Amino acid sequence: MSTEKPKVAFYWCASCGGCEEAVIDLAEDILKVVEAVDIVFWPVALDFKKKDVEAMKDGSIAVSFINGAVRLSEQEEMVKLLRQKSGLVVAFGSCSHLGGIPGLGNFWNKETIFRRAYITTPSTDNPDGTVPLEKTEVDGKELTLPRFYDTVYTLDQVIDVDYYLPGCAPPPDLIMNALQAILEGKLPPKGAVLSPNKSLCDDCKRNESKPEKLTIKEIKRPWEVELDPEKCFLAQGVICMGPATRTGCGERCIEANMPCRGCFGPTDQVIDQGAKFLSSLASILDTDDEKEIEKIVDTIVDPAGTFYRFSLPSSILRRRRMEDIK
Amino acid sequence: MNNDKKIKLTINDKPIEVDEGITILQAAKMLDIDIPTLCYHPLLEPYAACRICVVEKKTGENSDLVTSCNTKVQEGMVIYTDSENAAKARRLNVELLMAQAPAAKPVQEIAKELGIEKTRFEIEDPEEKCILCGLCVRTCEQIVGAEAISFIERGKNRTVSPPFGEPSEACIGCTACAYFCPTEAITVEDLYGRKVIHNELNLGPSTAILVPIRQAVPMVPVIDEEACIHFKTGECKLCEKVCEKEAINHEMEDEEIEIEVGSVILASGFKPFDATRIPAYGYGRFDNVITGLEFEKLNNASGPTEGKILLANGEEPKAVGIVHCVGSRDKNYNEYCSRVCCMYSLKFAHLIKEKTNAEIYDFYIDMRCFGKGYEEFYHRLLEEGTKFIRGCVSEVTDLALTEQEEGKLIINVEDTLLGIVRRIPVDMVILATGLEPGLDQNEIARIFNISCSQDTFFLERHPKLAPVSTFSDGIFLAGTCQSPKDIPDTVAQAGAAASEALALADKGTFELEPITAEIDEERCSGCQLCIGLCPFTAITYNKEKGISEINDALCKGCGTCVSACPSGASQQKHFRDSQIFAEIEGIFIE
Amino acid sequence: MTYAPNIRIIRVMCSGRVAPQFVLKAFIEGADGVLISGCHPGDCHYQEGNYNALRRHRLLSKMLEQFGIERERFRLEWVSAAEGVKFQQICDEFTEQIKKLGPLNLNGGKDEHREA
Repeated sequence: MSTEKPKVAFYWCASCGGCEEAVIDLAEDILKVVEAVDIVFWPVALDFKKKDVEAMKDGSIAVSFINGAVRLSEQEEMVKLLRQKSGLVVAFGSCSHLGGIPGLGNFWNKETIFRRAYITTPSTDNPDGTVPLEKTEVDGKELTLPRFYDTVYTLDQVIDVDYYLPGCAPPPDLIMNALQAILEGKLPPKGAVLSPNKSLCDDCKRNESKPEKLTIKEIKRPWEVELDPEKCFLAQGVICMGPATRTGCGERCIEANMPCRGCFGPTDQVIDQGAKFLSSLASILDTDDEKEIEKIVDTIVDPAGTFYRFSLPSSILRRRRMEDIK
Repeated sequence: MNNDKKIKLTINDKPIEVDEGITILQAAKMLDIDIPTLCYHPLLEPYAACRICVVEKKTGENSDLVTSCNTKVQEGMVIYTDSENAAKARRLNVELLMAQAPAAKPVQEIAKELGIEKTRFEIEDPEEKCILCGLCVRTCEQIVGAEAISFIERGKNRTVSPPFGEPSEACIGCTACAYFCPTEAITVEDLYGRKVIHNELNLGPSTAILVPIRQAVPMVPVIDEEACIHFKTGECKLCEKVCEKEAINHEMEDEEIEIEVGSVILASGFKPFDATRIPAYGYGRFDNVITGLEFEKLNNASGPTEGKILLANGEEPKAVGIVHCVGSRDKNYNEYCSRVCCMYSLKFAHLIKEKTNAEIYDFYIDMRCFGKGYEEFYHRLLEEGTKFIRGCVSEVTDLALTEQEEGKLIINVEDTLLGIVRRIPVDMVILATGLEPGLDQNEIARIFNISCSQDTFFLERHPKLAPVSTFSDGIFLAGTCQSPKDIPDTVAQAGAAASEALALADKGTFELEPITAEIDEERCSGCQLCIGLCPFTAITYNKEKGISEINDALCKGCGTCVSACPSGASQQKHFRDSQIFAEIEGIFIE
Repeated sequence: MTYAPNIRIIRVMCSGRVAPQFVLKAFIEGADGVLISGCHPGDCHYQEGNYNALRRHRLLSKMLEQFGIERERFRLEWVSAAEGVKFQQICDEFTEQIKKLGPLNLNGGKDEHREA
């Protein structure tokens, strides 16, 4: 009977929607999914409401796939609700796993983001400087908006997370593998990232092109060089996060002759992907001279943004110091 | 020529049986019959140009004149080398050569032997030496393989020349043509007017086959590839042809031999300070400014002057200056003391005193006679009358200010004991050049994972407690690669290094560092970033497994690779990331 | 000889072992300043670990500024085992400097706004 099929929920928080697309990208495989499970909640595709979820018994959803980072009180409320109703929660995609691109908002706070988004952008015409308010009186009635946090959180900083599906967005084969593992009950230990625990170099075809001693004299940005499609990016002086990034993505960027930017996050021995990569990169700078070192460091335009492109909220520092933001 | 067939013939009525294919000249030589030759050379193809070797060949009633150098023996040949016909023809040929090259000495000698006083023919150029024998052309072609010269023009205008009479690019400057020329018609000159300073003292190779140094062990000559004609043109191999023991093999190549050893003693030595770096001392500009090592060669009984102390012009010096600390104890070059120069300078002074009547001046900063018996030797020199001047030499010049200084080298020095600047004219200046680390010092340090001190000499593990060990277990140091030192100290250190090496080998085991790094196979992706970072080359890439691996015996446990490992696969025992994180958390617990 | 009591020591084998992660960890746990001290350049017991420390320090300093952590709070100093007095002076001086800068107040990277 169909009612005995395991129940599955999908939800999105602060994300671009790409992860929803990733589910659609399963193509005909989605039919197998639908055959095997009951999708009980999927706001982007199906018309279930919050109250429907609230009505479910605790733990009755077999697994909730939640993508996007948490940056609004509403998102926090929803993921906490889903946690309560679900047996398993999978952080789906870079944003819920590490914070993702929205996580770069942690270099700012609510006030500066609002000022930028609603007032100072050149395309904005807002002479009164109106910004969204949590409470507004309209015709004697109170309207509310969710609270916008100063900080973006990863999913596991808000609720307990069982597994992580990495990637921006997660590739279809990893999604299918994860679903199969869940359906068959062949699950790895709790907290596991459902992708191989080695860095991208393990699968990268360019790894063999590395020189015996890899050193960098000058850091170049991808547009500054004509990239050799066979050669290791680091050997070409271009920052590639591959060595500090978990593999399993299918090297889509590398195949397109673009360096890895780190969306799969670190391997399990590394807490802070950005700091780890910083350490590796600094180590291979090809000079012992203080002035030379500073010269090369100067050419790395935005180290924090580069090394933490996807992982700022999950990093050790998590965010920029609040006092520093004006 | 390796033909079994035998040929019988008679030369000057003497019968002989010889191998088929040889020439009459060669057959005559076997019978000790002398046939004069000019254009013949056993190493070259016969050419029959001079026609001095002409002999009479009788076949029955018929008589014929043939050149013996290129006529092969035939069965039943009857040869007369000095018959009337042959002698007449030879005399005529000699007379013709006398007219062609009146200044050619070998022709004059043969003419004298044959009793010819003057030629009947017209002499065009009384200075001409070339007899057009073609030895030079054949040498260049057949031995050297350069083909830089050939005959040009015809008849009486025939002459030997490179193409268009210009210096030829094909010429490799081997001078073999001049060497083979019987009449000295070819001379060698240095087109670029380079001045060769004390050429006979040049420590570099002088011929392509040489014994590198006079005390070489084993005492075996080697071929200098840079100078050898064979390695330039692929030809020559004359030495191979003439070496009866067949000891020469041009095909031999350098080979790398892998030897497994338990310990290594580095004794890679030093490099003498290059005296041209101090232009004021005139080394390289003045013939008679030489270095200590050059003096040693000059003084050597088997050296170029058989041990006589002579100036470049062959005269004995009347005054010699020895300059100490050249390149040592000098902030401009090396700050350290080279330790051997004072004593070898004293030895030189003593030897010069013994061999010549020259006045000897020793210019020193401090006299460092530190070893056993050294101070006594210094006192002996003082008694012998060597003049010691304490002060730094500022300049050696040939610019004379007085008549007395004319033609001398003048040493400008501040005499710090007298407090005046002095000019001392001498004939010879010996620069006591110091010791510098070997040319490939850094490369060796890299290969053996050892450190260098700031002066680039290899760093010992401890200056007092472990003076022959290095930071790499099993690598020991001996001699001047570690620091400048004299022979007694080197021998002592070498003995110590040998016993340390033996002690280690005897024990059969050695202690590993407890705190080393380890790479987790399961986590390493083989990104290889760590490999270049390891100062001890303890990490290698295992291509088969696609991971990097650490050699426990080489790892010293600095943890640089651990910090750099982008995937956390490398961890340091007792200093794991997790342990340090816990420690940091610990110190912040209130 | 005493040095400022505010300093806490984390010993590692070589300044080359100091991972940027440790520095960040110290800041987030409550340190107001971090001092890395290693052997002098050219005089590294492990040959060149200190050069790696130098390279990492320069890049990390630049990145810390983006996080609002002043360069003055993160120092690299060469102090050999024989330079006790120098170590004392650096500790005292660094402590004074940090006092002037005031507390770092990272609040564990959390958002008071949300927790409220």
